[in-house]
Amino acid sequence: MSEHSGKDVKADDFVIAKVDLCLLQDGTGPLAVRQLEELGIKRVVNPQGVAVFLDHAAPSPRKELSNDHITLRNFARKTGSYIFEIGEGVCHQIMSELFTSPGDVLVGADSHTCTGGALGAFATGMGSTDVAVAMGLGKTWFRVPRTIKVVVNGKFKSGVYAKDFMLYLIGSLGAEGATYKALEFTGEAMTSLPMSERLVISNMAVEAGAKTGIFASDKITKTYLKQHGREEKYREMKSDKDAKFEKEIDIEVDKLAPMVSLPHTVDNAKPVDKIGKIKVHQVFIGSCTNGRIEDLRLVADLWKGRKRDPDTRVIVTPASKDIYLMAAKEGLLEAFIEFGAAVTTPGCGACVGVHGGILGDGENCLSTSNRNFLGRMGNPKSFIYLASPATAAASAIKGEITDPREYV
Amino acid sequence: MKLNGKAWKFGDDISTDLIAPGRYFHLRSDLNELAKHVLEDADPQFASKVGKGDFVVGGRNFGLGSSREHAPTIIKLAGVSCVLAKSFARIFFRNAINIGLPAIECDTDKIASGDELEINLENGVIRNATKKIDLKFAPLPKAMTRILQDGGLVEHIKKHGDFKIE
Repeated sequence: MSEHSGKDVKADDFVIAKVDLCLLQDGTGPLAVRQLEELGIKRVVNPQGVAVFLDHAAPSPRKELSNDHITLRNFARKTGSYIFEIGEGVCHQIMSELFTSPGDVLVGADSHTCTGGALGAFATGMGSTDVAVAMGLGKTWFRVPRTIKVVVNGKFKSGVYAKDFMLYLIGSLGAEGATYKALEFTGEAMTSLPMSERLVISNMAVEAGAKTGIFASDKITKTYLKQHGREEKYREMKSDKDAKFEKEIDIEVDKLAPMVSLPHTVDNAKPVDKIGKIKVHQVFIGSCTNGRIEDLRLVADLWKGRKRDPDTRVIVTPASKDIYLMAAKEGLLEAFIEFGAAVTTPGCGACVGVHGGILGDGENCLSTSNRNFLGRMGNPKSFIYLASPATAAASAIKGEITDPREYV
Repeated sequence: MKLNGKAWKFGDDISTDLIAPGRYFHLRSDLNELAKHVLEDADPQFASKVGKGDFVVGGRNFGLGSSREHAPTIIKLAGVSCVLAKSFARIFFRNAINIGLPAIECDTDKIASGDELEINLENGVIRNATKKIDLKFAPLPKAMTRILQDGGLVEHIKKHGDFKIE
C-alpha cells in the first residue's frame, strides 16, 4: 500500500493508491461500463491491466444476458482491454494464471477477487462504480486494513484439505470476524501448501468478511508463475519485520477433520462425522474455489471403477479452459462421464444460480463452491452444503454426505 | 440532512443473494424491473409495501456476500432513503455510499418494523418517534461523508475531476 500510494502508510490510514489490475465479469461489468459512460470517460488508463470475463452466464441462457455480453465485448474492443469469451473460464482462475503477480494491487467487481492474495497481491472485491473509477483514473481509495495473523502449524491429515481448514477458520471467526481486515496466512502448514490450495484459502477470505487474504510470496509462487510463463513477474513480498498485527490466531492443522458448512451460512461449519445422515440430490464440483486440475485429479482417482448413486446427479465444471484441456488429455473427463457425471463449460453459472445446475424445491446440493446462502443456487427453497472435492466425490458415490476418509 | 420514514426490520446476515437474487441475474441491466424483486427472499411482499423515504433496518453483517452493487442500488430505487444495521459487510457498505445511499451502524435492537424514525445525518441522532427514544450513531469517516454529500462516487468524480476525500 505504501508503494502504491507514495507514502508510508499504516493501518486505518485513508490512502489513494495506484491500481495495477482491474477485473470485470458479466454480472457486474455492464453496470461498470454504464458508470464510466456516465462519467464521460471514454478510455481506461491502462488497458493492459483491465480484464473482462464472460463467465457467469457462459454460454448465455437468456437474450438479456447475451445483450450484456455485447456491451462488454464492445467495451473491450473500444478500450483495448482483454476479454475472455464464454468457455475460457472463471475470472479468478484466469487472473491467477495470466495476470496477478506478487505486489500488485488488484480490484475486481467480484467479491472473490481476494483470491489473488495467494500470489502475494493486494487483491480485493469492490462494486461496479469503484472498479469503473479505478479503470478510468488508474487509482482508487482504500482504508489500510488491520491484519489478523493466522499461524497454521502441523500437517494436514489424509482426507483433510485447505477447504476444510478454511471452513473451520470461517466457522470459528464467524462470517464477520474479519470485516474490514486483512488475513495473513503463515506457519509451516501454509508455507508448504501448493498454489492450488493457497488459492482456496485466499478465495474464501471474504466469507469471514475480510478485505483480502494474503500469503507471502516464495518459491512456490515463483514456480507457479513459471508454469504460466510469467517467471519474470516474481518478487518477494512479505510482511515487515516490525509489522503490527491486530491479533494472532494459532491453529494446529493435525486436529482438523473434513468439514461441511450447513445451510444457509458459510460459518455454520461442522465436522463431517458430526452432522448425521444427509441425503444429497446434486453434487457440484467446480467454481473459483475448487475447480482446479488438482481437485479434478483427486475426484477422478476416487471415482475410478465406481458409479454415482442412482438418486444423486453430479455436475463437474473445470474452472478454466486450460484445466479442461488438461483434464481431457489426462483422461479425467472419461472417468467423470463413466462415473455418471455431467461435465459442463468452464464458468460460474451453477454456483451463482444463473444456469446449469439450479436446484428444485426441497433439494440438497453438496457443492465445492464458496457460498451456501439461501437462494444462492437459484432456488430459495433449496439447501446448499459446502465441502472439499474429496467429500463431494465420496458423497456422490453414497448419495449422502460422506466422510472422504472412507475412500482416501 | 434529515430523513423521515417508516422502519422495515430484517434479521442478521441479510446477504446480497436475499437482496438481489441470482435468479433475476438477467434483469441487472433493467434496474427498475430488478427493484420489483428487492429483498424478495427475505420478505416476498417488501417491494409492494415499502414507501418513499422508508428505512431498511437489519441486524449484524448486512449485505454480506457478492459485490453486486445492484443490491444497494435497488434498495435505493425502491424508495428507501437509508439503511441501518448493527454492522455491514465491507463491500455492501462501500457500494451504498458510492451510489449515494446512507448506511448507518447503530443498535437496531431498539427499532421494530413500523416504527417511525427521524434521522439527522449531521448530528448522528435517530429519533424513534414510535418508541420515544433517541439512538446515537458515529459519523461516517470523512472520505465517505465527502462522497455521500456529493451524491455518490460518480457525482463526486464529475464535480472534482478526481478523488477529493481528504
